[in-house]
Amino acid sequence: MKQARFEQQYRPEWQALERQLEQLESLHVSKKNKLTLDTFVTDYRKLCHQLARARERGYSVQLQQFLNNLVLRAHRQLYRYNPSLADRIGTFIASGFPQAVRRQWRWHLVSALAFVLSMALVWVLVHQQPEMIYTVVDEASITNLESMYQPENQADMKNERSGDDDVMMFGHYIQNNIGIAFRTFASGLLLGVGALVVMLFNGSFFGAAAGHLINVGAQEPFFTFVIAHGAPELTAIVLAGGAGLRLGWAIIAPGPWSRLDALRLAAKDALPTMYGVFALLLLAAFIEAFWSPRDLAPTIKYSVGAACWGLLYLYLFFGGRDGTRKG
Amino acid sequence: MLIDERLEVETPEGAMLSLSLAGPVPRALAYAIDLAIRLVIYGALAAVFAALGKAGMGLLLIMAFVLEWFYPTLFEAFRHGQTPGKKAMGLVVVHANGSPLSFNGSLIRNLLRTADAFPLFYLLGFICTLISPRYQRLGDMAANTLVVHIEETPQIQEQAQGDTLAPDWSLSRDDQLALLAFHERHDRFSEARQQELAQLAYPELAPALALQRLNAVSRYLVQGPT
Repeated sequence: MKQARFEQQYRPEWQALERQLEQLESLHVSKKNKLTLDTFVTDYRKLCHQLARARERGYSVQLQQFLNNLVLRAHRQLYRYNPSLADRIGTFIASGFPQAVRRQWRWHLVSALAFVLSMALVWVLVHQQPEMIYTVVDEASITNLESMYQPENQADMKNERSGDDDVMMFGHYIQNNIGIAFRTFASGLLLGVGALVVMLFNGSFFGAAAGHLINVGAQEPFFTFVIAHGAPELTAIVLAGGAGLRLGWAIIAPGPWSRLDALRLAAKDALPTMYGVFALLLLAAFIEAFWSPRDLAPTIKYSVGAACWGLLYLYLFFGGRDGTRKG
Repeated sequence: MLIDERLEVETPEGAMLSLSLAGPVPRALAYAIDLAIRLVIYGALAAVFAALGKAGMGLLLIMAFVLEWFYPTLFEAFRHGQTPGKKAMGLVVVHANGSPLSFNGSLIRNLLRTADAFPLFYLLGFICTLISPRYQRLGDMAANTLVVHIEETPQIQEQAQGDTLAPDWSLSRDDQLALLAFHERHDRFSEARQQELAQLAYPELAPALALQRLNAVSRYLVQGPT
């Protein structure tokens, strides 16, 4: 068949398919002009055959290009991402997230150890030798810490603090903490070094702050403040570090895959954890902004804090265990 | 049609798709446009929220977070793989098999931006796009995505009428493609250049005659005997 007859024969089909595509690609379609799309899939399959034939028979480049682009557009619409969000979020929270965390427990364990050991080491050092704090933390940060948690300053702060302050701090925690978690994850790609450094740094800083504030006698305001939101916040940072390490390890030791494939698998594997990290940090920012600064009896704050830690780890260890998909 | 850097992908239907990969320069330009848009949005929001005091400050920080991390993800996931900057540059993000970008794919490639931006000005990402045979930065490799050009779809021309002549040699597929390309594009050349080209096929004929003969043969290839 010559090209002219080929074009003449199939052009109506191409035009019909183009009209369907225009409708699928536009974001709003008025009901009056709506076409039925019953034949879209069959039309697309026919078009694929026509493109293959045009190439095989050596029809002109322009015609091949025209058909290629039409196939491309139709392919995009046929395999379009179709979210059914509410359902997915539900299953994700109920089982997906804790399963994803447990699936990668090795990485999270390494990340948690890096954090906890560096924290314990610096904490003990600062506690034993109070002047050590000056080698770990710079002076401005120390003054800042002290002014935040000294008992005499605490009283002033709480009286002044209003709802507006809460909202401002909420925004600050979201922007700062979630940004840190995302960057920790991404920097894990640099052979895991980045994620590990972030864990060690944050662990040491937290240990230094805790040790120092105990030394100056400000432990009560400090621990009553951090205990509740610390559960989701510290956990989320550790999980982001673990997910980052998973990426880095895929590049260092890809196993039976090529490095590229290993990285792809690792990213796919780590992504659910990052969704969870995001959710945990939103929760943490909410608690930190609206609950932690409330001036309540230490027993209440400690028991609420303990409940936060307990519930979170019960959820991570046992959530989604009896589901059909095993973690 | 761009000739450079084409990638052939096979669809599940067995058709071969041909994609045109985008290099670092158009991508950097698209990024610059997006950055400018984000700065303008941020500036406008800052002006509005400044009136709301400290609560406004908090909202502004949340918006800054969303603009930094979710601007590219949301646009790419819900606007057919295009941020406004990519749209302006005629680029689109797709999965490596040519299928449209999913939300997860978009999130992975954008979360890993930090690694690509290491240490400064996307240096690592730039080096990766130069090394990678498919122009992928680290985020693209992890998400298995490509940035490709959107190509203009040529209009199919109405066929010119005229006498036709069967070729007097056994025609190979390459000959046919060359002649058809000449047929479609001859009106972009001057008459003299067309004659010159035609003489490559018929060196023994006078230029005008050679062109007439060549046109007749290429019309035959399109339409068949009349």
